[in-house]
Amino acid sequence: MLHLVNKSPYSSSSLDSCLKFATKGAPIILFEDAIYGAMAGTSLESKMIEVMKDHPVYAIKEDLMARGVNNIIPGVREIDYTGFVELVEQHRPCTWS
Amino acid sequence: MSEPTKMMFMMRKAPYGTIYSFEGLEAVLVMGAYEQDISLLFVDDGVYAIKKGMDTSPLGIKDFSPTFRVLDGYDIDKLYIDKESMEARGLTLDDFVVEPEVLDKEQIAKLMEEQDVVFPF
Repeated sequence: MLHLVNKSPYSSSSLDSCLKFATKGAPIILFEDAIYGAMAGTSLESKMIEVMKDHPVYAIKEDLMARGVNNIIPGVREIDYTGFVELVEQHRPCTWS
Repeated sequence: MSEPTKMMFMMRKAPYGTIYSFEGLEAVLVMGAYEQDISLLFVDDGVYAIKKGMDTSPLGIKDFSPTFRVLDGYDIDKLYIDKESMEARGLTLDDFVVEPEVLDKEQIAKLMEEQDVVFPF
């Protein structure tokens, strides 16, 4: 299952709930405001590094750019919306909004 | 006839602050007519949607919680609740208008993986 998160981890429980139920190995895409979770040098960075031990984490390039976030945590994979669609084609999506 | 689709409706929002919970319930009722394999999961603030003792009359809006009790009549009897979400909110099974099966996060993760589709509300 592919987990899609679009809310800021600072204002919403979406990412936490996603992580609670995501099985090991399930990929996670951060898009829209959720990309703030991919930013380096934050209070969430160490948590995200732990998360990436169990899950591939993707962040949408267009959303990073739009928000001026160019320092992402090493290991987070940047993809564009075309890549997003490709992942959705390969997995059953589950949205955490 | 083809195999029924396994679909889970995941309720994650409290009932009256947003329209999600109500819309989720409507979607469940619609899908109930198509004889699919439907399950309904209450997680996070979604557990408040089935709380007993609601009186929305001061707000002038409809209390839709009783509708959860008729789902059984539409053969929608797979209701689940996240143990952690329920306990964190100081709720027990006695607090709900229906009797969902209490599952821990591992059981829910497994159940979700078995679905053909998960609809978030």
